[in-house]
Amino acid sequence: MSKAEALALREPFSTPQHQRDTAMLGMWVFIATEVLFFGGLFVAFAVYRMYYTQGFLEGSRGMTLVIGTINSAVLIASTFTMSLAIHAIQHNKQLRCYLLLLITALIGLVFLALKFTEYFIHYQEHKVPGIWFESHDPQAGPEQLFYIFYFAMTGLHAIHLSIGCGLVTTMAVRTALGRFNGNYHTAIDVTGLYWHFVDIIWGFLYAIFYIPGFR
Amino acid sequence: MISKIRIAEAPNYLTEEQGIRSWLLTTDHKRICLLYIAAITFFFVLGGIAALLIRLELLTPVTDLVSPETYNKLFSEHGIIMVWLFLIPSIPATLGNFLIPEMIGAKDVAFPKLNLASWYVFMIGGLLIMYGIARGGIDTGWTFYTPFSTIYSTTEVAVTGVGIFIVGFSSIMTGVNFIVTIHRLRAPGMTWFRMPLFLWSLYSTSVVMVLATPVLAIALLMIIWERVFQVGIFSPELGGDPVLFQHLFWFYSHPAVYIMVLPSMGVVSEIVAAFSRKAVFGYVFVAFSSVAIAVLGFLVWGHHMFVAGESVYSALAFSVLSYLVAVPSAIKVFNWSATLYKGSVSLDTPMLYALGFIGLFTIGGMTGLFVAALGIDVHVTDTYFVIAHFHYIMVGGAVMGYLGGLHYWWPKISGRMYPERLAKAAALIVFLGFNLTFFPQFVLGWLGMPRRYAAYPPEWQWLHILSTAGATILAVGYLMPLLYLTWAWKRGPLAGHNPWRATGLEWQISSPPPKHNFETTPIVTHKAYDYAGMKEELGLV
Ligand SMILES: [Cu+2]
Repeated sequence: MSKAEALALREPFSTPQHQRDTAMLGMWVFIATEVLFFGGLFVAFAVYRMYYTQGFLEGSRGMTLVIGTINSAVLIASTFTMSLAIHAIQHNKQLRCYLLLLITALIGLVFLALKFTEYFIHYQEHKVPGIWFESHDPQAGPEQLFYIFYFAMTGLHAIHLSIGCGLVTTMAVRTALGRFNGNYHTAIDVTGLYWHFVDIIWGFLYAIFYIPGFR
Repeated sequence: MISKIRIAEAPNYLTEEQGIRSWLLTTDHKRICLLYIAAITFFFVLGGIAALLIRLELLTPVTDLVSPETYNKLFSEHGIIMVWLFLIPSIPATLGNFLIPEMIGAKDVAFPKLNLASWYVFMIGGLLIMYGIARGGIDTGWTFYTPFSTIYSTTEVAVTGVGIFIVGFSSIMTGVNFIVTIHRLRAPGMTWFRMPLFLWSLYSTSVVMVLATPVLAIALLMIIWERVFQVGIFSPELGGDPVLFQHLFWFYSHPAVYIMVLPSMGVVSEIVAAFSRKAVFGYVFVAFSSVAIAVLGFLVWGHHMFVAGESVYSALAFSVLSYLVAVPSAIKVFNWSATLYKGSVSLDTPMLYALGFIGLFTIGGMTGLFVAALGIDVHVTDTYFVIAHFHYIMVGGAVMGYLGGLHYWWPKISGRMYPERLAKAAALIVFLGFNLTFFPQFVLGWLGMPRRYAAYPPEWQWLHILSTAGATILAVGYLMPLLYLTWAWKRGPLAGHNPWRATGLEWQISSPPPKHNFETTPIVTHKAYDYAGMKEELGLV
C-alpha cells in the first residue's frame, strides 16, 4: 500500500479495493433513491399527459427545440469527457485527468447557461406559471400544468447538474493536488457515476418535453 | 467477574473521548445512536403531550378544553411528530445504528460521516417542524390531503412540509448506509443466512427507506411548489387531480408503516430466541418474510383510497394484495410461537415486551384485514376503527418492540443493568394502558365515531372516558423507563459483557463496547442463535 492509499483509507475498511467497491455501491443505492425521486414527477406528468393529451402537445410546441437539442448534444459530450477523465486517472495520467475534469465541469456550465437562456425566453413569452403566465388557448389549464412540470423537472435536473459541476470541480482540484493516482481514484469514479446518472435523466426529460413538439 | 475487571481497565466508547465536542463531531455509530436516542425521546415526549391534550379534550362530548381549530392542530402535530420524528427513526437510527456493525463484526458502518450527517439533517428538519409549531402549527392532519393543504389551509403547511422533506433525507442516508454496510462489511464467515434476523428486518426496512422516501419528498415538494407559486398541480379548477396526491403520498406512507414495524419484528426475533434459549423456528422463512413484507408493502397503497373515487378494479386488486401481506406477517407470528414451544422460556422484561408485541401486533394485523376488505372499509373509513387499527400496529407493535429492544440492549449500550422489578411493572402498565386506550376505539369506530372530531354524541362518552383513562396509564408506563433507564445509566449494577447469556457477536465484546468494537475482526463459525452448539461458551450447561 502506497502512502497516498494509506492516507485515503478510512476507518471501517481494510483495503483500498474494499473501500472503492463500497463507495460505488453506496452511489448506486443513492441513484436508486434518485430514480424514485424523479420517478414521482414522471408519474405525475404521465398521468396528466394522459388526461390532457392535446394541451400537453400544445405545451411541447412552445419549447425552444433548437436549444434543447443542442443541450442534449452538450450533455452527451460531457459524458464522454467524464469517461475519458476516469480512463486517464486509471492509467495514472493526472494532468490529462485534471484537464478533462475541468472540461466536463465547463460543459456542464454551458448546459446551465443554455438552460437559463431558455427559461428567459419562456419568461418573455409569459409562460412561467406562478410568476407570469398568459394563455389564450382553450387548453390554458393543461398548458399551465405542462409548464409547471417543465419548470419543476428541468429545474430539479439543473440543481442536480449544478451539484455535479461542484463535485467535478472539486475532483479536478484534488487531482491537481495529487490526491489521486492509478491505484486510488474512488472519489472520481463515484462522481462519474453520479454525473452519468444526471445526464441520463436529461435524456428522458428531452424525450417527454421536446420530442412531442417536433413538426 | 472477568468482564467487570475489563470495564475498569479498558476505555470504552463512552470514556475514550470526553467533552461536548467529541460528541457533536463523533463518527462512532454507537455515539450517534445515543444522539438519536436523545433527539427522538424529546420528540416522543412532545408528541405524547399532544396526544394527552387530544384525549383530555375528548373526555367530554363538547369542545371545552381547546377550540376546534387548536384541536385540528393538535392531532396534526401529534401525527407528524410521532411518525416522522419518532417512529421512522426509532429503531433503525438508534438500535440499528448501534447494533448493525456489532452484529456483523465490523468496526463501524460503511459511511460514518454520512451517518453523523444524517443526524444533523434530522435535527435541522426537526427544528424546522418545531419552528412551524412556534408559528402556529398546521391543521391538515399528518396526511396533507389536497386541495385543503394547498389552497384552503392558512396554517404553516410550507414550513412543516420543508421540515419533513429534510427529515426524509436523513432517513434515506440511514437506509443507504445500512444497505451498503450489510452488503460489504460482514466479517468472514458471517454469511447472509448466519445473520441475526434483526439484520434481515433492518435490511428490508432500509430498502423501503431508500425507495419510498423520495416519493414522499417529491409529493411534498409539489405541495410546497403549489402553495408558494399559487399554481394548481393538484387543484381541480386548474385541471389538477387531488387524488393523484393521495396516490403519491400513500406510495410512501403505506410502506412507511413497515419502516416502523419491520425493525420491531427483528427485535422480537432476537428477544424470543434469547429468552427461549432456542434458535428461531424456521429461520429462513422468518428472514424472507421480512423481504416479502417490504416488497408487498409497495403494492398495496391503493387501499387508502377505496372511497376516494378509485376504480372498482384497482380497488379489488389493492384489496387482494393487502390480504397477501397477512401471509408473511402470519409466518412471523407462527414461527415466534413455535420458537417458544419446548424452549426454556424466562420472562424477563424484554421478553414481556416481545410477547406483548406478538399479541398486539396480531390484533392490529387482523383488524388490518377488516379494513383491507372493500365492504367493511367503506363502513369504517375515517373512523376510530382505523385509528385503533394503526395504533395497534404502530404503538402496540413498533413502540413495544422499541422498548423491548431498548431494555434488551441497554446493558450493552450503557454497561449497566436497570431495576428488573420496576421494569417488569412498567411493561405490564404499558400493556394494560395501551389496551385500555385503544380497544374502546375499535368499538367507537364500529359505532361510527369519525376521526378528527373534537365533539361527539354524549352516548359515546363512556368509551372516551375509558380511552382517556388508558392514555393516562400509558403515559405513566412510558415515563417509568425514561426515569429508571436514566438512573441506571450511572447507578445501575454493572452488566458484564453478556448478562442474558445470548448468542450474537455483540454479546462477545465488553459492555459498553470499546471504541472500535472488535480488536481483531472476528471469524464467525456458528449460525445465528446456535444455543445448542454454544452451550458451554455461554455457560448454559
Ligand atoms: Cu396502508
